[in-house]
Amino acid sequence: MTDILFLAEILVAVLLIIGAAFTLIGSYGLLKLDQPMKRLHAPTKASTLGVGSLLLAAMIHAFATGDGSLHEMLVMAFLFVTAPISGNFIAKVHLHRQRGGAELPAPPEEETWATYAEK
Amino acid sequence: MALQMTRRLLPHPLLTTLLIVVWCLLINDITLGTMVFGAILGLLIPMATRAYWPDRPRIRNPLRLVSYLGLVIWDIIVANVQVAMIVLFKRNADMAPNWVVIPLELRTPEAITMLAGTITLTPGTVSADLSADGRALLVHALDAPDPDAVRDDIKSRYERRLKEIFE
Repeated sequence: MTDILFLAEILVAVLLIIGAAFTLIGSYGLLKLDQPMKRLHAPTKASTLGVGSLLLAAMIHAFATGDGSLHEMLVMAFLFVTAPISGNFIAKVHLHRQRGGAELPAPPEEETWATYAEK
Repeated sequence: MALQMTRRLLPHPLLTTLLIVVWCLLINDITLGTMVFGAILGLLIPMATRAYWPDRPRIRNPLRLVSYLGLVIWDIIVANVQVAMIVLFKRNADMAPNWVVIPLELRTPEAITMLAGTITLTPGTVSADLSADGRALLVHALDAPDPDAVRDDIKSRYERRLKEIFE
């Protein structure tokens, strides 16, 4: 029994370190990258693998110490659903600020991008 | 007649099931009481929001959906490590950030949403916009010297599978 607890503790510790490392790299990327669109890539990373492994660690810890909880699954699910949406909104704001600057490739068949559509 | 009744009472059976599961997870307890209250919420919420979501999405292949989720989680882990390496060890000037246009074969809004979400969650690519007619996605890649390769990769890896699941 104590062996299993010990193994669980090692697993939790490793997951915590992985999660913390990826969150740190995400924040570092936010500082280091030099264009708004490039910067957007850093936080999407921190919120997936970083927070994901932190939550997994919390879940394993809860189950190993007796009172298992599945709340963390819910946190992960909500995060995975909402992260792309907020990322998309930030990208759209960037597109609006770029309006007129011909930096974008045009969509096929003489269409416009929805952000720039007039209707 | 009976079919119409169930359609009216249960516009989205899958959403109802999901709401019951989410409610039980929120309470962190599976008892009859929480399940009954979850079922009440699962009946009321889809009815109240039916006007905003008139069509029922068809999931043709639920097993494929599970294997798709597994694939996406694996890709998230692999791509995370790759992007971490780029952030840590590649100079800003050496990166090749690029816009990628992905012509879509998917037509159902649910499938396109899943594809756009997948693209954003796998690091290194962020979906930024949809064309006005809904037939192309605008994606930004952090480090893609060859945008066509990114496009082909996304089409063959994710879009093909989503097409099998939803359409």
